[in-house]
Amino acid sequence: MSELSELYQQVILDHNKKPRNFRKLETANRHADGFNPLCGDQLTVYMQLEDDRIADVSFEGSGCAISKASASMMTQSVKGKTREEVETLFSEFHRMVTGELDEEATPNNLGRLTIFAGVREFPARVKCASLSWHTLHAALAGEDTTTTENLGPDITSDQVSA
Amino acid sequence: MIATETSTSGERQAGDTAAWDVARVREDFPVLGQTVNGKPLVYLDNAASSQVPQVVIDRGGRYLREEHSNIHRGVHYLSQRATTAYEGAREKVRRFINARESRECIFVRGCTEGINLVMHGYGRKFVTAGDEIIVSAMEHHANIVPWQMLCEEKGATLRVIPMNDAGELLLDEYEALLNERTKLVAVMHVSNALGTINPIKEIVARAHKQGVPVLVDGAQGAPHLSIDVQDLDADFYIISGHKMFAPTGSGVVYGKAELLERMNPFLGGGDMIRTVTFEKTTYAGLPNKFEAGTPAIASQIGLGAAIDYLNGIDRAAAHAYEHELLAYATEKLSEIEGVRIVGTAREKVGALSFIIEDVHPHDVGTILDQEGIAIRAGHHCAQPVMKRFNVPATARASFAFYNTKEEIDTLASAVQKVIEVFS
Ligand SMILES: Cc1ncc(COP(=O)(O)O)c(C=O)c1O
Repeated sequence: MSELSELYQQVILDHNKKPRNFRKLETANRHADGFNPLCGDQLTVYMQLEDDRIADVSFEGSGCAISKASASMMTQSVKGKTREEVETLFSEFHRMVTGELDEEATPNNLGRLTIFAGVREFPARVKCASLSWHTLHAALAGEDTTTTENLGPDITSDQVSA
Repeated sequence: MIATETSTSGERQAGDTAAWDVARVREDFPVLGQTVNGKPLVYLDNAASSQVPQVVIDRGGRYLREEHSNIHRGVHYLSQRATTAYEGAREKVRRFINARESRECIFVRGCTEGINLVMHGYGRKFVTAGDEIIVSAMEHHANIVPWQMLCEEKGATLRVIPMNDAGELLLDEYEALLNERTKLVAVMHVSNALGTINPIKEIVARAHKQGVPVLVDGAQGAPHLSIDVQDLDADFYIISGHKMFAPTGSGVVYGKAELLERMNPFLGGGDMIRTVTFEKTTYAGLPNKFEAGTPAIASQIGLGAAIDYLNGIDRAAAHAYEHELLAYATEKLSEIEGVRIVGTAREKVGALSFIIEDVHPHDVGTILDQEGIAIRAGHHCAQPVMKRFNVPATARASFAFYNTKEEIDTLASAVQKVIEVFS
């Protein structure tokens, strides 16, 4: 059960139960919908972008514990950051959950988000963790929908060699 | 012991008592013996795809080792052997579903392709603007989307038979939907998401009173029920081999010869023609008219072997045992506080959908997988069913005659564990 308790850590369970910034953002000037057609997960990310900086961000939607907690923690960690900082974070997060980035060996900006490193042991769940990030990315790019289908396979390096 | 081709479980079963000897049957399925995440595999995802007995594996292997060749086109030895085996499988299918003639059994890659064959061959030929097609509220996407595409193309309308909160179709409402514009009724025999067994005979009889043909999606019916297409009087009955212990890539469209004759072909190409010139092509007779190109020969021969296997076991005992498993699992999971069963029809077989309060089914699936338990978590390709029951998804355990009560106990205690993790 160690990999499992790695995945469902208390912090993740807590964010699942009480997601932060879980609401529609009235001051939003950008938003995007994300779908995972495989499992039916669906969420909307709202953002108030001011001079290339995320002044405020929120989300709504339904999904599993991993996707909800990931969205919740994402909103906390990108608030106040510039577009460039967010893109870096997105890339690091994505590489961490697909097993391309060793967050312990390589300096990075992930901070508390490293709690999602355990997801890479569960290839079927990588998309759950990254859906909110892909959606945020789409909102930043000015697109209004994204689906995990269009994003290429979120497979881990393990899976490729298997 | 693993059965070999010469020692089928049928022969071994001959001296048995009426009771179902599950331990012995499990030996026929080599995949079941493995461990997953350090735990014995508990395979409860049979509605998605069932496991393959050693005799079927051996039969496919023998074809590839000794008989592989293209069918219907060679005068040489191997081609004749392959053709004989392939056509032999068709005859086995005919007997299995009690079709009148083997030419009424068209080989396709699976249920999805089969339904699309009927949509193209029958639907596109006979459905016109203003016509109506009736499906049910519990259909798999495979029996919704092709008809929607047809309706869009032709300007026809899709009508839906509603169901009650138990997951049973409302037959009076169905009757009211039937009218002179109805061109086809397309319903599933057994629901993959809810487990409901639909009263197909009744549904067919009511449609026939109005002269409307009925397509039955038999993907979940064929593995669990004895199928007699003449008794059901179904006009089309569609089967996926991989859900009844055969390899993927095998499947059947049963259709009444008279209907199949009047239909357009599906795919065009080799094998489905009588003569071809650049001016005009005439089509082959049944079943070749619907089997363009080289089929999945090994898989269809495997389907024949799976039918042999099923004929060799005591199927009545197997069915009774599957009922017992479902009842036991329903009881066990219902006892757990926070678990709700989705789909409580009186007549059910095979599948048990459930949700755990405040826990998303994907999280259930992941935690169960860590215990070696394979279930399906999601919408089961039946999003309208999820909407009807107001859930985003369900967890589904689905059974075959090789599952055991101990496995269901393992499932129940793993569900308890999920509740603990999320409490
Ligand atoms: C009721 C039902 N219909 C159709 C299908 C589609 O079958 P296949 O994927 O083998 O084409 C399935 C399988 O998922 C099913 O359960």
